[in-house]
Order: sequence, then C-alpha cells, then structure tokens
Amino acid sequence: MPSKNYAATRYSAMDEINGANVKNLQVAFTFSTGVNHGQEAAPIVVNNTMYIVTPYPNIVFALDLAKPGAPMKWSYQPRPATASQGVACCDVVNRGAAYSDGKVFFNTLDDNTIALDAETGKELWKTKLGDINTGETITMAPLVVKGKVLVGDSGGELGVRGWLTALDVNTGKIVWRAYATGPDKDVLIGPGFHSFYPSDNGTDLGVKTWPTDAWKTGGGTMWGWIAYDPDLNLIYSGTANPGPWNQEQRPGDNKWTTTLFARDPDTGAAKWALQYNPHDEHDYDGINEQILVDMTVDGKPRKVLLHPDRNGHLYVVDRESGEIVSAKPYGYVNSILQIDLKTGRPVMNPDKLTKLGTVVRDICPTASGLKDWNPSAFSPVTGLMYIPHENLCMDWKNVQVSYIAGTPFVGAEVVTKAGPGGNRGQFTAWDPVEGKAVWTIKEDLPLWSGAMATAGGLVFYGTMDGWFKAVDAKTGELKWQFKTGSGIIGQPVAYRGPDGHEYVAILSGVGGWAGAIVSGDLDPRDPTGALGFNGVMADLKAKTAPGGTLYVFSLPKS
Amino acid sequence: MSSPCRNPERRVDTLRLPAIVLVTWLAIGANEASAQHAPPAPDADRGPNAVSVSGLFPGGSAPPPPDPIGQRFEGNKEAIADGKELFGQMNCSGCHFNGGGGMGPALMSGHWRYGGQIDQIYSSIAQGRPNGMPSWQGSLVPSMIWELAAYVKSLPETAPASPTVVPGTDIKP
Repeated sequence: MPSKNYAATRYSAMDEINGANVKNLQVAFTFSTGVNHGQEAAPIVVNNTMYIVTPYPNIVFALDLAKPGAPMKWSYQPRPATASQGVACCDVVNRGAAYSDGKVFFNTLDDNTIALDAETGKELWKTKLGDINTGETITMAPLVVKGKVLVGDSGGELGVRGWLTALDVNTGKIVWRAYATGPDKDVLIGPGFHSFYPSDNGTDLGVKTWPTDAWKTGGGTMWGWIAYDPDLNLIYSGTANPGPWNQEQRPGDNKWTTTLFARDPDTGAAKWALQYNPHDEHDYDGINEQILVDMTVDGKPRKVLLHPDRNGHLYVVDRESGEIVSAKPYGYVNSILQIDLKTGRPVMNPDKLTKLGTVVRDICPTASGLKDWNPSAFSPVTGLMYIPHENLCMDWKNVQVSYIAGTPFVGAEVVTKAGPGGNRGQFTAWDPVEGKAVWTIKEDLPLWSGAMATAGGLVFYGTMDGWFKAVDAKTGELKWQFKTGSGIIGQPVAYRGPDGHEYVAILSGVGGWAGAIVSGDLDPRDPTGALGFNGVMADLKAKTAPGGTLYVFSLPKS
Repeated sequence: MSSPCRNPERRVDTLRLPAIVLVTWLAIGANEASAQHAPPAPDADRGPNAVSVSGLFPGGSAPPPPDPIGQRFEGNKEAIADGKELFGQMNCSGCHFNGGGGMGPALMSGHWRYGGQIDQIYSSIAQGRPNGMPSWQGSLVPSMIWELAAYVKSLPETAPASPTVVPGTDIKP
C-alpha cells in the first residue's frame, strides 16, 4: 500500500542506504510512463514486481524487478472516458494502487474501481461507483482492509456529495457506502455512534446543519488517506471541504464535511466523528493523512493519530475516543486563533472570515492549506513526524454561484501568494509529544511531494522543480540530491530488491493543483486561474516542464 | 448580482430552455423588454452554417466562409459584456477563470486547440470537445452561445502583456 502500513507511517526499516553512504546513491533504472501529467502515485512493490498507476488515462504498469533494467511485465489500459478530464478539479492525478492476495486494485478518473490479477494484469472485476455528469471523479489510492477495498470520491469543487465505499475484494460488489452528508442512515451513523464533543453528536446533523437540501450538493468528498487500527478494528478517514466555497450560501456547521470519522471496516458504521472545521470558510479539507502511533502523554500511554490539517494545526487525536489531545500550528496561521480543546472547534479570527463581494486579504494558510494531500512520514527511531508542506496565504472574495450539475460549484475568487518570509514551501520535522518543530527546511516552491523516513536515518522528499532529496532525520542536513526530469509531486518509497539490496523509488512529473500551470499549460497572466494558484506559480513554467518518469536509485554494486 | 442584458440580439425561446438556465435568463433578462434597439437581421437564432476545426483542406478546397451572424457578434461590446456575465453564471469561470484556465484550458493565451474564429469557438461551446469541454447546445440558446463566443474571442486581445506578479504577503514571519 502507498502508506507502507496500516498505521501509515511511511517508515522503511531498511538501513543499507544511510547518512554515510547516501552520497553514492545512483540511478539503477528509469521508466517512462508516457503520461505528462502530475505523478502523485506511490510505486508499490510486491513479489519482485513494481506496480505504477499513471495519471489519466490511468495506465497500470507492472515492472519485473528480477530482470536487468526492470522490463515491463504487463500493462493494463482502462481507457477512462475522455470527458472525465473536464471534471477533475486539480489536474488529472491518481495517488496509486493497492495490493492484496494476488490482486492489484486501483481507481480510474471516470469513477471505476478495477481489480487486476497481479501476475498477469488480467482484469478480474470492474465496478462503477460514480457519474462524471454529477462532477464525480476518483483520484485516491484505495486501501484493502479485511477483504474489502475502500474507495472514496473526488469533486468537492463541483457540488459532489462525498462518500466512502467498501467493495468485496473478490467480486467488486459494494458492501457498504457511507455518505458524508445527509440523514444518519446514509452517513451510517447509528446507536453505536458517540463523539467526544457535544457538537458532533445529534440526530441527522448531516441534514439539519445545512439550508434545505444544500447537503445534496454539499461536498465532503473522500479523496485522501485511510489508516486502520486492527486492534480497535477502526478505520480512520477524513472528508473534504463543503460546497460551494462561498460560505454565505450554506449557513450552519455543514456536517459532516471536513470531518474525521472512525468507522467499523466490516459495516462502515461510524463510531465517532470529529469535525475539524465546522462551517469551513477557507477550503480546509480534512482529507490529509492520519498516522497511528502510541505515545506517552502526560505520563500515560495513549493510542493516538497524528493529523496535519489543511487548517495549519497538527492534531493529536485519541483514536479510541476522538478526543483532541493537542492541536498546535506547524507553520504560520492567522485564520484560526486556536483550537478550543473544550469544544474541539477552531476559534476563528473574525478578520479573516470571508464575505460576498469583499476581498479579504492575507488569509493564512491559503485554500490548499498549510499542507495539502502529500503525506508525512513518522520515524519510530527519532520519534519525529516529517511534514512536507506549504507556506502560502491568499486573498479571497466570495461570489454568488448557481449549482449546475457537472460544472464547478465554487463561488469564490482566490489569489494565492507567498507566506511570511517569502518561501512558498517548508519541510518540518515535528515532535508530536512536545508539540513543536525540531528543525525546518525552507523551500522556494511549495512542497507537493510526500515524505518517507528510513532506518538509515534519512528522510526523502522531492521539490516541484525536480530535485529528489535525502536529508538527515535528526538534523535536516541535506545529504544527497538528484535532479530528475520534471518536478516531483509523488510519494517516495523504499524496497528490498530481488538481490537483497535497498532501493529508493520516486515518480517525477509535475502537476497537481499547485503544478497545473505547467501540466495544463495555463496562462500566468490570470492570477485567479487554477483556483487561485496561477499567479503564485507563474515562475514554475520557467523552472520545469511536464514529465512522467520513474526513477529508482541504489548504491553502487560492490 | 446581475445587470440588464445589453445585447438587443438576445432572443430566447423560453420553451426550449432547461429550468436552470431559464431562472438565470429571467434574472439577467428582466429588463430586456426596455431595450429600445431594433434587432438587425438576421436573428441570432442559430449557430454557424458551417465550421471547420482543421486547418487542412485536401485537394485545394477552401475553409467555410465566416458566418454573418458571427461577424456581427465579434468585437461587439454589448455582446462581449453579456457574454462575460454568462461566463460567470454558467460556471464557465469555474474551469477557465478569467481566461488563465484551470480545470479547462487557458482562453487568453491566443492558442486555440479547436480554432480561434468566433464560429469555431461557438462550435466548441455548443458541441463540447472530447477532452472535457461540456456540450452546451441543449442548455443555452444560440444567441447566448454567440455572446459567450464573443467574450471568449475577446480574451487574448484584452490580456495583459506580461504575467501578473503576485507579491507575497507583507506579514512578517
């Protein structure tokens, strides 16, 4: 799975490549995906085979690692509807595949989940889960838990009603579906549901916290990450922003958007919920990763999850009860004054609330958050969390928008800008126990790649102008870097090759929301373009070009 | 949120309109009756007669002549203003923004995937295009599509010469 394990630590226990020898790291082989859009997928390695999913048209490649140069074992072309490209909000990305029991599972932009025979690439089943004519797409990487493939939708910018669905691994039949909005029976909230905070308890809040019928087009999609605790038998996933962005068209808490759910994977039944951003005004989706760790808090062992939210706060949440243990900003934030631990709700800065026809300036973080989808890593050796993130602010003006199915339902004009200090990206090593940064690296461009930590005392990540970097896990010192062919927005992985040696892999190919200006050839003369990202990324076109290449690195053979 | 429709050529057969567009049209066209201009003939009640999206014409054949309706809309300030309003109301701006593009391609760059003549733009809006452009011919009447095409056609001409540099925030770290 892209997250390495159910706890989603993105930590590799391999240590052959370490601080002393990483300077010798060299290219072992490369592979062109032939698709020049944002490469957000994690290559996954099982049984000496590497599996890659490309952005639309979502081609799956299996590479035979046992042979010199890792030749193609098979490829599979799902041929998604070309029109699906027109309802994908932020480049036509895909975040990767999942493997279980001889099968490879992945999603297509036009809303299909497909199971392939991992050995042959033969299609085993294909299940259609949504409709592009209502604006639904799928971009997330599925997760397999207890014989079920878990899949969620994208489309929070098109008034999609979000859901998380479980499919039977053998048949592809839908076992359950949990919507993010609507009556409790649709959200799979029943008698076993008990949230920690009062405002997250009540009947049919997914209807009552909206204007009449607005929940039907209210967003809350599930395009991010899922973690699983086998002992508690709970899956954890968050929902995305409410629709439209213009908050004045949807008074109320807008449940259950921007909400962390703990659910029973067998039935989908919700055990508890924690709404990060009630009545979100800034597009602060709650879909970022949850890393499950056991740590000592005030002398007592607690089972917690770590979640760096788009709203700029690092939530440490008790994963049994849903209580927020702590929530501290991991970068510059002014839209929220603090997270009230008594209510679980943010205390909003009244100066940064959005208004119809008024430009509210310098809201930090910007719509894509202090951090977007790109997942952090956690090293049990250092006890630190490694967060690749942004340092961006924005000017925001609400505009009235009408719902037209299959078209954007946003209602805001946004211009993103560099945050305090001018560096648009930052890499932060965070101590979750102390609740503070241990070291940070300023990056000129926003960080849109994931991170990976290893037992070799290294942390890997990439930059949007194409550098793949290894830094010291304890100090942040740059130990090695390599310039790939295009900007990096992917997920680094490490694996043991058939020869017993450690390899590190990354897909290079710029795009995604922040890189759409390059992958979509957008015009930097309109700073509102790409949902406000065009202006702040105007220089990216001069720094990198579209690409789509896998790079695999290893130490020289002795 | 809306101003009166400026273009006297806006001819809408309300029976043909889906409800959602009718609501929008009633909102923006409420004062249209007060427009005193006489409509020039012919009415903008149809799309272009013939459109070619290719620049190749085998055997020495010629591209179709520009449609006279399109010629009247092109550069027409009223039509462009009405088209701009529709561009927001129909959520075109949600994909193309103010011409810089996002989910959809940039429209201010002067590079046209499917042709930059007004009748070609009309056809792209009406028919849709395979890589994600929706087809609007079932939702909008021809005069509205002509207005949108007039606005889109005007975007490269009104675009700034150089990229807009967005200054960083003044907030100190």
